[in-house]
Amino acid sequence: MNLLDKSYDVIVVGAGPAGTVAARFAAEQGVDVLVLEKDRDVGYPVRCAEAISKRNVVKFIEPNDKWIAAKINRFEFVAPNGNSVSMDLEDESGYVLERRIFDYELGLLASQAGAKILTRVYVNGLILEGNKVCGVKAEYRGKQYEIKSKVVIAADGVESRVGRWAGIKTHIDFREMESCFQVTAGNLENIDPKTLYFYLGSNYAPNGYFWVFPKGKNIANVGLGVSGDTGKKRSALSFLNDNLQKLYPAASILTQIAGGVPCALTLERISGDGILLAGDAARQVNPLTGGGIGSGMEGGSIAGRIAGEAVRKGDLSLLENYRDEWMKIRGKNHLIFDKLKDGVFNMRDEQFNAICEKMQKIPKNKRTLGKLFMTALAKQPKLLVEVAKVYMV
Amino acid sequence: MNAKEYRMAKTGKLMIEILPDKCDFCGCCVGVCPEDAIELKEAEIFIIDENCTNCSKCIWACPIEVIRFNKEGVLKTR
Repeated sequence: MNLLDKSYDVIVVGAGPAGTVAARFAAEQGVDVLVLEKDRDVGYPVRCAEAISKRNVVKFIEPNDKWIAAKINRFEFVAPNGNSVSMDLEDESGYVLERRIFDYELGLLASQAGAKILTRVYVNGLILEGNKVCGVKAEYRGKQYEIKSKVVIAADGVESRVGRWAGIKTHIDFREMESCFQVTAGNLENIDPKTLYFYLGSNYAPNGYFWVFPKGKNIANVGLGVSGDTGKKRSALSFLNDNLQKLYPAASILTQIAGGVPCALTLERISGDGILLAGDAARQVNPLTGGGIGSGMEGGSIAGRIAGEAVRKGDLSLLENYRDEWMKIRGKNHLIFDKLKDGVFNMRDEQFNAICEKMQKIPKNKRTLGKLFMTALAKQPKLLVEVAKVYMV
Repeated sequence: MNAKEYRMAKTGKLMIEILPDKCDFCGCCVGVCPEDAIELKEAEIFIIDENCTNCSKCIWACPIEVIRFNKEGVLKTR
């Protein structure tokens, strides 16, 4: 394969949102970029709840109806006792995406910026000189290749191993891994096509949440995540089956798949000699919500830009700035989200019920996420300060 | 004695197995594996025996219960 027979300035492993945005931002600096994807298609399979705020989209791609399945203007939280509280948002505050097309479009943008992309390439090692990463080893259609590069960007997802081969400890504590199961379900009744539904509590999804995110009339991305601690006793799949049986016994299932979200703080080290980690591989997920599309694109854009600059200026020591930049732009908020996660993660069902009741008493036009967390964490004053920092209540 | 040696001494063999025909290839197990002992391709998955310590974190993280201790093992979860 001629794409694999030459060397590059930057090789990106993984063509998810982090990888293709990294590739685009690097290519825009005028350097040679190659993206390697192990699956057959960019964008498929989809392991994601597919919700994202508009703010996080517009930074990286112009909204387009061909990959927007729903435009969101409302959250609804359902407590363990079945009571619910809703929260109105501005029109089109967020989207439920058609990730299959969204990821593909991000790939096209990278390609248009000059990056090369090849799917079906399994990266199975790094070319190392001492600790210095000098390229990747990869298998493509039965043949083994060695492809040299000045910088490798590991955007290889929750199952990341590339960083490990460079000596960076990337594995995640099983308690912080949200093991997920997700379906695209049809025939759902009583679903508002502009509302994101979050179900909380030990019956729905202990140490996680059960989501119903609409993708049109009577159809939704439905799924849940539970922590590895819960997984010791019961799997995500068994919880999902129960929830569907209870709430939507008539649902038809159009797609189904397992997935994992590393709900943890960003790794201590996300760069090394000749290598940067981005997206899920760097643990750049919002540890509270598990949202990783926007933060992955953010991490990817910083990694791509820095890698491109480093190559262009012939100064690979610039790679060391990556973590500081990430922390400044996004990572510092993740520190706060991680503390809030600690505050709500182990809440008992009665507490969720009580919070819901209190929120119901607040007039609808005054309900905000900030208020919600203030109510939830009222007995943990230290955390209230943290809430104020992110939600400016 | 490290974890792997301990397990080996206690059980005499590695015991984790993945049922590849039931796997969704999601990567949860790879993400939590502290020993880099799982190889995941597009639709292929297997344990790298020489790295595995039987720590069972992959079993706990699997969303669909397709990783287990094999028949020879005495340990059982779920």
